[in-house]
Amino acid sequence: MSASLETAVHPENLRRVVIDPVSRVEGHGKVTILLDDKNKVHQVRLHIVEFRGFEKFIQGRPYWEVPVMVQRLCGICPVSHHLAASKAMDHIVGAKHLTATAEKMRRLMHYGQILQSHALHFFHLCSPDLLFGFDSDISKRNIVGIAEKYPDTAKRGILLRKFGQEVIRHTAGKRIHGTGAVPGGVNKSLSIAERDELLRDIYQMVSWSRDAVHLVKQMHHQNPELYNSFGAFRANYMSIVGLDGGLDLYHGHLRGRDENGNIIFDGVDYQNYSQLIAEEVKNWSYMKFPYLKALGTEKGWYRVGPLSRVQNCDFIPTPLAEVERRDFIAFSGVMPMHAPLGYHWARMIEMLHAAEMIKQLLHDDDITGSDLITSGERGSEGVGVIEAPRGTLIHHYRVDENDLVTMCNLIVSTTHNNQAMNEAVRRVAQQYLHGHEVTEGLLNHIEVAIRAFDPCLSCATHALGKMPLQVELLNGAGEQLSTLSRSGDGSICSEG
Amino acid sequence: MVSPVLICAIGNESRGDDALGVKLLRELDAWLKAESRAEQFELLEEFQLQIEHAMDMKDRHLVLFVDAGINVAAPFLFYRAQQNDGPVLYSHALAPEALLKVYAQFYKEAPPDVYILCIRGESFELGEGLSPQADENLEAALEFGKKLAKQPQRQIWDNYCVQKPMEDFMRREDNHPA
Repeated sequence: MSASLETAVHPENLRRVVIDPVSRVEGHGKVTILLDDKNKVHQVRLHIVEFRGFEKFIQGRPYWEVPVMVQRLCGICPVSHHLAASKAMDHIVGAKHLTATAEKMRRLMHYGQILQSHALHFFHLCSPDLLFGFDSDISKRNIVGIAEKYPDTAKRGILLRKFGQEVIRHTAGKRIHGTGAVPGGVNKSLSIAERDELLRDIYQMVSWSRDAVHLVKQMHHQNPELYNSFGAFRANYMSIVGLDGGLDLYHGHLRGRDENGNIIFDGVDYQNYSQLIAEEVKNWSYMKFPYLKALGTEKGWYRVGPLSRVQNCDFIPTPLAEVERRDFIAFSGVMPMHAPLGYHWARMIEMLHAAEMIKQLLHDDDITGSDLITSGERGSEGVGVIEAPRGTLIHHYRVDENDLVTMCNLIVSTTHNNQAMNEAVRRVAQQYLHGHEVTEGLLNHIEVAIRAFDPCLSCATHALGKMPLQVELLNGAGEQLSTLSRSGDGSICSEG
Repeated sequence: MVSPVLICAIGNESRGDDALGVKLLRELDAWLKAESRAEQFELLEEFQLQIEHAMDMKDRHLVLFVDAGINVAAPFLFYRAQQNDGPVLYSHALAPEALLKVYAQFYKEAPPDVYILCIRGESFELGEGLSPQADENLEAALEFGKKLAKQPQRQIWDNYCVQKPMEDFMRREDNHPA
């Protein structure tokens, strides 16, 4: 499980290939690859320019503002930050148990977020690679190409995404900057009209989600050699699971498994996450590398997100998704699935589960109730953990007697996956680049591995659709030999 | 029945001048209400554009995206978005031009007339307010926005457009911090 190719022995004699930034992921990601004269790979690193400064942004603010403010940390999953912060602040107001309406409204909001995020990722960011091929014609390898060749697939992606956004709008109050969740509960429930509007479409969403699971399952069955081996590495994995061991993306306790699927810790109260997890700093990366303290830095790194969650739980508490989970586990065999492309399959199972949960909640009378907020003995410290679309999200705050935040620590999903993503790109570099001339198609293999994790490196500014890819080949003296660049409009330019 | 004109501001108000679009939208909203012109317009705030925003454009007469940008002369640039006929790369966020293409694919019809008001920003740091220069640019852009709102007609808006927008300036790497 230990990392190789992290540091070359003699980097001064090697060529350097840079993929900067990685396309179809959010924010800034850069991959550097060191090659020798025979194109043999000696070092591969994924550098992530982590969103920095959010702790200072939050410190000094009144605690009740935080669930709204943190939505501005990330334009991709603001709802996840909103809910994780609200859960942490529940401890500040002493709300040990939310009202039934509050908890179910928050869950509804969360499953809306899961649905829209997973739909976007699969249908619009990854399906071009999966349906056309990793090194297919780049001019077609995008959502417009999908819309031309698979119009129904593209349309379903848009409508699933739209539906998830509508769930968020009705539960959070607004499309963005929602205020639905507050410390101790929520500030609104669903009106009958809102509930009925969502009920009109939810059955179609469940059906389409199920079709999406079948689509990606079929890909695995048709080409197991690729899907089981591409970028595959063995790793520990972690998530919260429900108190009954079932898949629960909103609340539960922390459970971790080793690379063989054996439980290494379970039932850990996430208020104590800091006793379980530490973060290592490496001098070549801005982003920290979390690890399990008990196992140390070498053996303690782990993976989070859909691939972990679907294999970490004992069951999924919705019938259609549970059937699909069992198929997934059966396909994997005795050992857990570690292949990064398995993320897509697991992600679609979660999307189906989210759709089923939304349907279930819309049929629950509590969702239109009026008992919204509770409180108790005032606290000074709180941790909120949620399974965001990309994985475990931790918010930790301390609040002083003047109600101001004095300490804030966030560990986001992409940070948990830092080492795992590095491992994936190293395996792909070994499998596909080693000894070959570098081409755009080969470099896209690296990006496919990264995209499987759906990393969100956003700091809530928008990139205006521009994600150029630039590759530079340098000799040992650092002189540029040639460049290969892909502009925002997808055109390729080669020099040298 | 949707309002004939959609004005969508893109940006994060907690990141310095990235708030330009949102601030303009809110000022414009107040002005439209005071002038009893609000019923013609729907105003949206978004962090970033995504595929489902194509659905917000359906049945509109005019669509205006208001955003901050770096690589544009002060105080602002106003131009018409052209559907990109070439391949478009996609991330978690889309350019307005890419949205036109998504619209055309989704609805199998030509998208509405879409314009972009890009206001020059200087600093995009988390937790910062508007820079003094951006404040000035906002003032000028707001007056221009009011002018557009008084005459929400394609021919008139076309006359205000720069003849040819800076080549692909919206997609240049240094145009906007990610």
